[in-house]
Amino acid sequence: MPIFSFLAYPKKSMKDQLIRELSAMKYCEIKASENQDVLILLTDTPDEKTNKNLIDSIKELKSLQSLSMTFGHTDL
Amino acid sequence: MTITRRDFIRSMALDSAAVAAFTMFPGISFAGWKPTDLSSDSIQWSKTPCRFCGTGCGLLVGVSGKRAVAVKGDPNCSVNKGLCCVKGYHSVQVLYGRDRFKTAYVRKNGKMVPTPIEKALDLVASRMKESIEKTGKDSIAIYGSGQWSIPDGYTASKFFKGCIGTNNVEANARLCMASAVTGCLTTFGLDEPMGCYEDIDNADVFITWGNNMAEMHPVLFSRMLANRKSKTHVRIIDLTTRSTRSSQAADKSFIFNPQSDLAIANAICYEIIKNNWVNQDFVSKHVSFYKGKTHIGYGTEDHFKFKDKGEAVDFNAYKEFLKDYTPEIAEKISGVSAENIKYLAALYGDPEKKVTSFWTMGMNQHTRGTWINNLVYNIHLLTGKISTPGNSPFSLTGQPSACGTVREVGTLTHKLPHGVVMKEKARKLAAKIWGVPESNIDPKPTYHTVEMFRALDRGEINFMWIQVTNPMVTMPNLRRYRNGAKKDGRFIVVSEIYPTPTSDVADVILPSALWVEREGFFGNSERRTQHNEQLVPKPGEAMCNTWQLIQVARRMGFEKQFPWKEDSYIEDIWNEYIKFHDTPKHRMAPYKLLRERSGVQWPFVNGKETRWRYNGKYDPACRDDTWDFYGKPDHKAWIWLRPYEPPAESPDREYPFWLNTGRVLEHWHTGSMTRRIPILHRAVPESYVEINQEDAKTLGVVNKSLVKISSRRGSVVMKVSINGRGNPPKGMVFVPFFDESYLINEVTLDAFCPISKQPDYKKCAVKLEKV
Ligand code: SF4
Repeated sequence: MPIFSFLAYPKKSMKDQLIRELSAMKYCEIKASENQDVLILLTDTPDEKTNKNLIDSIKELKSLQSLSMTFGHTDL
Repeated sequence: MTITRRDFIRSMALDSAAVAAFTMFPGISFAGWKPTDLSSDSIQWSKTPCRFCGTGCGLLVGVSGKRAVAVKGDPNCSVNKGLCCVKGYHSVQVLYGRDRFKTAYVRKNGKMVPTPIEKALDLVASRMKESIEKTGKDSIAIYGSGQWSIPDGYTASKFFKGCIGTNNVEANARLCMASAVTGCLTTFGLDEPMGCYEDIDNADVFITWGNNMAEMHPVLFSRMLANRKSKTHVRIIDLTTRSTRSSQAADKSFIFNPQSDLAIANAICYEIIKNNWVNQDFVSKHVSFYKGKTHIGYGTEDHFKFKDKGEAVDFNAYKEFLKDYTPEIAEKISGVSAENIKYLAALYGDPEKKVTSFWTMGMNQHTRGTWINNLVYNIHLLTGKISTPGNSPFSLTGQPSACGTVREVGTLTHKLPHGVVMKEKARKLAAKIWGVPESNIDPKPTYHTVEMFRALDRGEINFMWIQVTNPMVTMPNLRRYRNGAKKDGRFIVVSEIYPTPTSDVADVILPSALWVEREGFFGNSERRTQHNEQLVPKPGEAMCNTWQLIQVARRMGFEKQFPWKEDSYIEDIWNEYIKFHDTPKHRMAPYKLLRERSGVQWPFVNGKETRWRYNGKYDPACRDDTWDFYGKPDHKAWIWLRPYEPPAESPDREYPFWLNTGRVLEHWHTGSMTRRIPILHRAVPESYVEINQEDAKTLGVVNKSLVKISSRRGSVVMKVSINGRGNPPKGMVFVPFFDESYLINEVTLDAFCPISKQPDYKKCAVKLEKV
């Protein structure tokens, strides 16, 4: 039951698209900054395999510039 | 409001991201969302020191139910004032790795078999007895740690030195702090820094000698940056053998050839004298001059022996000695320009500037580690920049209790909690406090760490108890010592929390309780003792290291010396231990006060902590209100004439590169804990070799290519990192040692400082081959 948080940076002018895409993904919660090009992303998945698949799909988003992890907890 | 543990962790995750965002983008806002108020009734917050580095940050650990779920910086702790680094913030997760040892194991027919802990303790006691009966008391040994809590080390010393009567007691702080100890002892006669972290807020100039504080002491580094930000004139100068994150943040960074810090320090003193920057009044009243032996060897051979002898000389002899170290000569040795050496001398020499020097492993893990410690003290003594706020030569500690448990308790072969085994007075005091005959305490030291593992290999030691350290990753020239530990007839007991290459060679594994699973004390770099209480239950049959030792000691017939009850033994041990230090030079705070405060500095005299030692304005042990270096019989600090001598092994045609090893921010030592914390593991999932871009081009490798690094002792194949967080100069490679999949210490050399016996992990010769 892993819980992770990240700072997600959108590609130039693609913040809205990144917000839309992440909001549509299961297990994701986001807090978008209103004055900077950065989003807080929280992932809360049932198991490690789902977590890995989710992160892999997030990394494939065209609107995502980079993802940096800020918190990780796997053993609940 | 009651929140579930899951909600709580989600809140922590969001808040961690928010903290990172606020740090990177001051003024950032998130529409309609504020970080959670975590002061829920269901979370109990309690103070504890961080269990990772020697900075000794105060933490508040949040416990929900029976589980530690969160960490925040303790705003009441003067060390970190509420701040933590990434290791501290995630530290509670170290308690809950899936492969935690929760039961004891005993090797049967080559396999480790789960065993009730009482049975395992019976076996440990009977094997110890058997070894002592058959091969003598000096055939058994204990090897502990700067991560031992103070009662662990104290109990080990009392049990082995006082009851059994062997001086085979060592700890891994020999590998990280021994040169700092001998540096202090030879210059001042007493161990540990004279200053405190308040020096960071008061200094005008910081000179860091071979240490990457941005990664190794990040909270202190931030404090240094905060000082520079608040005062425009503050400067940070980084003297280093490879460019690091600290170099990037410094005002200037000078790269020197390995080992040549000896020449640079002498050249700085040459310039100080030449330009009349000597504080004559201070030097004439408070300094003596001594010359030691030279060409002192490197200890690479078994049974190596060396004893230094100081010969008193005068200031003129010192001046004469320094003629070999003009900035121009030092430039040739070090590669740092004469102009830059003069610049450094001018900073130290300017009477208007308060200067703090910081160092850690670059100076300590050095075949002339004691000497380079002496030489940096020389600079501060010549200029009188010592023991006043902001003027401080300051050796930072690596481990959370290298100072508290190893240096203060004296868990090294020659030491007792007060004084050394060679001194009758010290033996008498120990025997009296411990309730043992004085004849029990052997007046002869036995083996320092490297020689102890050589003795295990040779078979002179056949029983070794290793508590909470991982020598099968950290010993230099590792292959010899691992093969030695695996030889027939050796019996190895390992007290640990997770499987490691060291527990792999064990005959008995005892599950240890960790940090806030038991009560204890750490002692940090600035002489601060920090108490932690037990906040969560121990998992399974895990047992506090102190209690393991007491249980075995009782089984061996020492009930009288270890009479304490399980609910109060830590307090009882503290009350017994502080009898050793009951003078104004080292008095420790009482138990009750330590429970209340986020750390108390010693000497603690008349209800007050001593911030700066050896200066009568701050230190009540001084004779008057001026400087008094009371550790030495002449009440003076000693300037030592120590020359430049080359390292034990230098690059040559066959092995043309320097190998330098060290740590990274995210991982603690051998990674046995931090690699089990997901965020830290994912940040740096494996070790790598940093190579200079030009060398990489010549070798035909790019980032992530595989190279084989070989020395005369061993080799390892790993991925290349070019222009990563560190960048070595041409001709040097750097490898972090945290990853047990790449045992870089099979490559390193077991040469050590002949005075401190601390190995040099920063210099040996290797070759590289593209794989
Ligand atoms: S700087 Fe050291 S003591 Fe402070 S939180 Fe980080 S690891 Fe812990």
